[in-house]
Amino acid sequence: MSESIGESRNQASHNMFESRSSNQYGNSAGIEVRNLSYHYGKMQALDAVSLTLSNGINMLLGPNGAGKSTLFSLLTGLKTTSRHNVKGVRIKTSTKGAAPKPTCEISVRGVNLQNTRTDIMRSMGVVFQQSTLDLDLTVQQNLLYHASLHGISPKTALRNIEDVLLTLSLNNKLNAKVRRLNGGHRRRVELARALLHKPSVLLLDEPTVGLDIESRALIIKHVRTLTEREGLCVLWATHLMDEVTSADNLIVLHAGQVKAQGISNKLCAHYQVGSVAELYRQLTANMEAL
Amino acid sequence: MTPMTYLYCMNGIVKRDVLRFLQQKTRLLSVLVRPLLWLVVFAAGFRSALGISIMEPYSTYITYQQYITPGLGGMIILFHCMQSSLSMVYDREMGSMKVLLMSPLPRPFLLFSKLVAGAILSTFQVLIFLLITRLVGVEIELMGYVYAVPAIFLIAFFLSALGLMLANLITQLENFAGVMNFVIFPMFFLSSALYPLWKMQEASMVLFLICQFNPFTHCVELLRFALYGQVNEIALGVVFTSAILACSIALITFRGRS
Repeated sequence: MSESIGESRNQASHNMFESRSSNQYGNSAGIEVRNLSYHYGKMQALDAVSLTLSNGINMLLGPNGAGKSTLFSLLTGLKTTSRHNVKGVRIKTSTKGAAPKPTCEISVRGVNLQNTRTDIMRSMGVVFQQSTLDLDLTVQQNLLYHASLHGISPKTALRNIEDVLLTLSLNNKLNAKVRRLNGGHRRRVELARALLHKPSVLLLDEPTVGLDIESRALIIKHVRTLTEREGLCVLWATHLMDEVTSADNLIVLHAGQVKAQGISNKLCAHYQVGSVAELYRQLTANMEAL
Repeated sequence: MTPMTYLYCMNGIVKRDVLRFLQQKTRLLSVLVRPLLWLVVFAAGFRSALGISIMEPYSTYITYQQYITPGLGGMIILFHCMQSSLSMVYDREMGSMKVLLMSPLPRPFLLFSKLVAGAILSTFQVLIFLLITRLVGVEIELMGYVYAVPAIFLIAFFLSALGLMLANLITQLENFAGVMNFVIFPMFFLSSALYPLWKMQEASMVLFLICQFNPFTHCVELLRFALYGQVNEIALGVVFTSAILACSIALITFRGRS
């Protein structure tokens, strides 16, 4: 099946409301996507998607087949075109700090994608929808492997592992084989892995699916605390409306298009609905009927 | 990115593959059982049927066990490399490959490290096999081991790259077994692993020519000469060139797929 990314004339008209002000979590930073289209053969997976994600939690809501995973694959560089060009994509990354570090702005057309990818991957942590832990290895071995892939020395990695496992209440699981962990612990290990190299951008693809209430609550709490403390830019794809708070930047993606983007409570007010669930139903109703 | 960054990364990839291999004890056992069966049972049965005359690198008449030992070493590498590529297809289907691909280091380097890991594991397995063959009377001089290690590593690197190339071409896990039948068995049987090529020439000129063009024949001959402390320049040239070619194609096709 041929895959390609194309530029569309469609625009950022979906951004009906301003995203969170940049000073809420420090200097503005995050992910910027402009007019991103992607199709598998004749099937349009993403249609002129434009997103501006500032620091803080950015909730991505969308039904199955909305294009969330394709978007994640493009942002993480797992999908590219055969010509190694990503048309219309600009991803900005920077880390928190008093003085803004030079922003890495990428306009891939005609630019070396390899260099671009390196910069992006260094500042990005990802929890994939599907578990990607090595079941036969211990928690420590899994994390050390990830650290080595980021070129972190074993000594530094061990220190980071200790810190991150402690904050996720997993320090007693260091030498446990992943196969012996329950679903909640595995998910937390994946989150620990995503945070190990201290990223400034965190992509979470349905990280709480299939977890019990307690595990979900722990992950949500930890990510929110960390986001506020470290000034992370988090893109959190979910089906679960109750994970969205009124202050979150909300993006509703449906049939490959951004149906709405803005602060959750402002969007609800604009559409005159009482909850995110109602908003979601309203924005996706027409397409569901088809 | 400093050289140390790359070193940590390669070290991590090799260590992870070694750990995974050590976790699967039955895998090591099965890797050794197959060639040992050939050596102990098959070679015993065919010992009288297949007389081996004096030929390079041998300076005298040798037993059939002695003749097929390099071929069986090659068989271990071939099976291990193909199994590794199968696990890469599995990793890709299960999503584990994403972890590797999310590394900020260049993908060709990551894949090169995977090939190095595969080559190290293969070298380790063949050395164990060669030590065991002493029990059935196959004698190898110390210099033979010294020459064999780099030869095995180069062969394993080539076959790992070939396996990666195949893994890139295979879209579904289910297709892998079929492809293996079209790769492993023809490569093994159409080589000098089990019989000298002059015997094949007597039987069929066409098969003889195919055997000569089969890079695995040169892998076996490289190892055969190395075990006697010698270098077969032609075999070395063919295996080295094939390794570069297979590695380049594997990296290009992988980038295309990703």
